[in-house]
Amino acid sequence: MKTATTPLALTNEEVARYSRHLIMPEVGMEGQLKLKAARVLCIGAGGLGSPVALYLAAAGIGTIGIVDFDDVDYSNLQRQIIHGTPDVGRPKLQSAKSRLNALNPEVEIVTHDMALSSQNALDLFAGYDLVVDGTDNFPTRYLINDACVIQGKPNIYGSIFRFEGQASVFATKDGPCYRCLYPEPPPPGLVPSCAEGGVLGILPGVIGTLQATEAIKVILGVGEPLIGRFLIFDALQMRFRELKLRKDADCPVCGTHPTVTELINYEQFCGITTVAPVDTLVPGAEDEATVEELKARLDRQDEFLLLDVREPREFEICRIPGSVLIPLGDLPSRLSELEGHDAMIVHCKSGIRSGKAVSLLREAGYNEARNLKGGILAWIDRIDPTLPKY
Amino acid sequence: MTHKILIPTPLRVYAGKRDIVEAEGSTVGELLANMTAQHTDLRKHLYTEDGKLRSFVNIYVNDDDIRYLKKEHTQLKPGDTVSIIPSVAGGGPE
Repeated sequence: MKTATTPLALTNEEVARYSRHLIMPEVGMEGQLKLKAARVLCIGAGGLGSPVALYLAAAGIGTIGIVDFDDVDYSNLQRQIIHGTPDVGRPKLQSAKSRLNALNPEVEIVTHDMALSSQNALDLFAGYDLVVDGTDNFPTRYLINDACVIQGKPNIYGSIFRFEGQASVFATKDGPCYRCLYPEPPPPGLVPSCAEGGVLGILPGVIGTLQATEAIKVILGVGEPLIGRFLIFDALQMRFRELKLRKDADCPVCGTHPTVTELINYEQFCGITTVAPVDTLVPGAEDEATVEELKARLDRQDEFLLLDVREPREFEICRIPGSVLIPLGDLPSRLSELEGHDAMIVHCKSGIRSGKAVSLLREAGYNEARNLKGGILAWIDRIDPTLPKY
Repeated sequence: MTHKILIPTPLRVYAGKRDIVEAEGSTVGELLANMTAQHTDLRKHLYTEDGKLRSFVNIYVNDDDIRYLKKEHTQLKPGDTVSIIPSVAGGGPE
């Protein structure tokens, strides 16, 4: 591992703090100084980023950079253990920094208040030795992978869905990269997102802790990191499985004749045409209804169907009175239930799934189907704040 | 010959909510064809419209990627387990 300035010694306080490392042959003084000299960049201070940053700070990684642009929300606290209840509403970066400073003031925490992009990634990565991917979307995962390959920085990968997680170490000198495993992302809508699928709160704790372990092993140069190995964890079965990964000679990024030698437009690569997907799914504003309009039409008792395309478990949490539930996945096979309804307002949690539903309904000839902009979250914000948000 | 196919969490909804399904087949291609005949919803998640395996879904026989074996012509032995490994993006979902 390349290090900028190797510190000559630990202070007495640091010796006391890291004593359980110092007496281990695999770490020792030499290893602890490597950790202190190391610079690790965590992308995301969420479910995976929480245990990663906490354990790396506790272990004495000298410099930890964190990239995030979100604020702490109540719905984060079930799994994002770096943040606490008093932090709700604060920027995640501020909340994470104060928690990490309290845990270990010897460690320098550098906050990067930004969305990672093709414009800023290479400059940002240049200042770090390795990158930990704690993001939640395909465009950023491909961006991190490609930037790591181009810069020659290991990419410590982790991903989660419901009860199942994945981890690996990509983009080391001779190892495979994420694109060797998955040359292309799934088209939008074919794989359910976590916002639709949910996740067991402990799962990012397990996978993030694995990522922190791998980061530390790579820095120390000990053991066998997950290079060329793909670890799959199933919390329901409580079973780990390991698959072999190979470096693909034809890989567009790390192969022998790479075709991707600079960062590209990753939203486009992943089939996402603009940053505001809701607006692209329906052609124009006349196809959207606001929550104020919906309220007025409900009060007037207009003739129309209010269709809720969320999942039954979401419907149990909160619903708009008078709505009919048909989950998006069931809609194609249940179109006959809509016969006789022309005017329709369709909603989900935030407007993305209902946008897909409106496209589907229009294809099926329901030309008056309209999407409720902002979904039930906008309804709770602006019409009925007594309903619980999730 | 019957083989077990391990279904990952995101695709279980298209496989009758099961985590393991069984199908007949002496090659990976035959096995997947028989499996998607039983679970037709899985087909569009595994194959493109022109019948090719999608590039964000990897198929493993035991711990090996079929892309580095004989792809869909990979022969199956008794006791082999086939896994479907799709890409998953989640990390700090909102």
